[in-house]
Amino acid sequence: MTARIVYRNARLLDPATGLDQRADLLIDGEKIADFGPGLFSGSTPEGAEVVDLAGQCLAPGLVDMRVLIGEPGEEEKDTIKSASRAAAAGGITAMALLPNTDPVLDEVAGLEFIARRAREVKLVKVFAYGSATRGTEGKEITEMGLLSHAGAVAFTDGTKPIASAKTMRRALSYAKTFGKLIVQHPEEPSLAAGGMMNSGEIATRLGLVGIPREAEIIMIERDLRLAELTGGRLHFAHITTSESVDLIRRAKARGLKVTCDTAPHYFALTETDVGDYRTYAKVSPPLRGEMDRRAVVEGLADGTIDAIASDHVPQDQDQKRLPFAQAAPGVIGLETLFPLTLELVHKGKMPLLKALACVTSNPAAILDLAVGRIVKGGPADLVAFDLDVPWQIDVGRFKSKSKNSPFENRPVQGRPLRTIVDGRTVWQAED
Amino acid sequence: MSANPSPDTVFPHRHLLGIEGLRAGEITQILDLADGYVEQNRRPVKKSTLLDGRTQVNLFFENSTRTRTSFELAGKRLGADVINMSTDSSSVKKGETLIDTAMTLNAMHLDALVVRHADSGAVKLLADKVNCSVINAGDGHHEHPTQALLDALAIRRRLGRLDGLIVAICGDILHSRVARSNIHLLNAMGARVRCVAPPTLLPSQIERLGVEVHHSMKTGLRDADVVMMLRLQTERMSGQYVPSTREYFYFYGLDYEKLEVAKPDAVIMHPGPMNRGVEIDSEVADDLKRSMILDQVELGVAVRMAVLDLLTRDRRQSDLAGANQ
Repeated sequence: MTARIVYRNARLLDPATGLDQRADLLIDGEKIADFGPGLFSGSTPEGAEVVDLAGQCLAPGLVDMRVLIGEPGEEEKDTIKSASRAAAAGGITAMALLPNTDPVLDEVAGLEFIARRAREVKLVKVFAYGSATRGTEGKEITEMGLLSHAGAVAFTDGTKPIASAKTMRRALSYAKTFGKLIVQHPEEPSLAAGGMMNSGEIATRLGLVGIPREAEIIMIERDLRLAELTGGRLHFAHITTSESVDLIRRAKARGLKVTCDTAPHYFALTETDVGDYRTYAKVSPPLRGEMDRRAVVEGLADGTIDAIASDHVPQDQDQKRLPFAQAAPGVIGLETLFPLTLELVHKGKMPLLKALACVTSNPAAILDLAVGRIVKGGPADLVAFDLDVPWQIDVGRFKSKSKNSPFENRPVQGRPLRTIVDGRTVWQAED
Repeated sequence: MSANPSPDTVFPHRHLLGIEGLRAGEITQILDLADGYVEQNRRPVKKSTLLDGRTQVNLFFENSTRTRTSFELAGKRLGADVINMSTDSSSVKKGETLIDTAMTLNAMHLDALVVRHADSGAVKLLADKVNCSVINAGDGHHEHPTQALLDALAIRRRLGRLDGLIVAICGDILHSRVARSNIHLLNAMGARVRCVAPPTLLPSQIERLGVEVHHSMKTGLRDADVVMMLRLQTERMSGQYVPSTREYFYFYGLDYEKLEVAKPDAVIMHPGPMNRGVEIDSEVADDLKRSMILDQVELGVAVRMAVLDLLTRDRRQSDLAGANQ
């Protein structure tokens, strides 16, 4: 007999259908068997475990479409196990891993390795991108068909841009054959070369080499042309400038198959957070100015930006306790994705369902994954959370092996209480 | 010129990491004290015992003969034990990080640490980890505070003031820590600062630092009291930031013809080493009436003595108080 669990008295939320009501939900084994208001007004099914949520929220588990870990190759930064534990603690039930490992995920064997490790760890759902080009070198496209059959959710060179227009054109055309998406890190590399932070007054004062905003804008303009030329599906990762938002807004209006995401640090921080050479604020692309930050928030609010990804890039202490120029870019984000997304809700920038869509149904739809929604017969991947509880981010308690977060001690509101994957509770708040 | 401050006056900073953030009064305090050290350095016996028993380490991660020598002389003339360390002989080549180096030096109980590093902010990182005073001898493209202070001293001694002067800083401002420190200092002291360079050699939004920007020497040097030339690294020239040294010299190299629009008694400065025939014509560089290049070198030692004196005052006074108890 499969396990049956009833979650009672939930504020049940599903951004995919606009559901927001007091209801109960029944899980049978790995699936959602039923849900609705007053489902068990009489009695609960015999033998079922009953969890009373006392009015707390219950929503689809978060789908994080941009996560880098160190396995294989740099296990000291994060492994599938440590990242899965961090994801579960952050309310994330599915994550898509970037291919920038060592070796790069450009072979079927690499994807099989990830799948095997994920099965062994068995916490959250782990998906992986295939690299768009061999070795992420930007020259030859990978065996996208075979990699798709081996489970690649989409193709990207991850933290590296596909610099060559010719390669990008081929990648977009070829991936279309298999209905797959190309994800671009939009940054024109010759303009960004040697850069350490956003170009402008602060970089000039600090004597740091700046990366102009145009490095991102130019690449987006170019790739939109190539998407139009090929008819391929294109997604821009972590966009950061107001012009990027405008370009994508207009491209969508023209009917191009284009989507984009951003990361919490691009709507919660600005270049001023670099302060006195704070390496934890060194990210790629760099943190921008206040006007850009606001444009990113507006892009999220009006739906131009489809998704929020953690852009989790773990770096150990040795990679960050260095002069700014030498420090590696990246911040961890699995455990801060949810509270920082809710910050947009608490600040009145987005309604709750819309914000939740950015971290559940939208990324799932972009990657064509059957998760991120509450559907009868669908997988029971859920997060129960307290929308209002205030707390302070304490990186010391994080499950990730690396601690490179610029959000340490930030006051936030709302946190996960329980994370459920395929019906199993994989994480639960201690108190 | 004001009188030397009392030797009891405590300087309110533990380190000298940059000019940005210093107040005009603090800059004046250093310059006034340096004036006194200029006199000491011109005496036959130049050495004093002020820093007797103190240890100064010059830690240079980048080659520099003149700045290192200047700091070495400054420390020795104040009686400190001075040790020079360079990357060639340090453990950095063996993989030691900057923070490891800092911790190691800290365990040796230094009093002053003079640091030059190729990365902006590296000196600050080091200063956060040590107990002694740290002096920035140039970090990346960020700051070179003692160079700006010695430039200011040279101008003040020659022209009698800084306030209200028009100072044109010309050349490779993009890569220049000297330019940034001078901009902060001259602004704080009430001078008008102009930056003159081709757009490729100017950092983004430099005007936000409170300078006028000119791309032509003719407009940039007009009525200037001081013309500060910057060294241009020739390896950065071809095809990168400017097309050739020939073209650069034609438009931006300082010669008498371009100097004509400046004030008749305008002075010429250069932090050295110079590329003669690239950013400056030899005739101008060697014109003793206009060029202050050798004054700058001389005053550099005095300024560094003043900085070492001021930064270690607090500790010297507390040591004295401890000994008297």
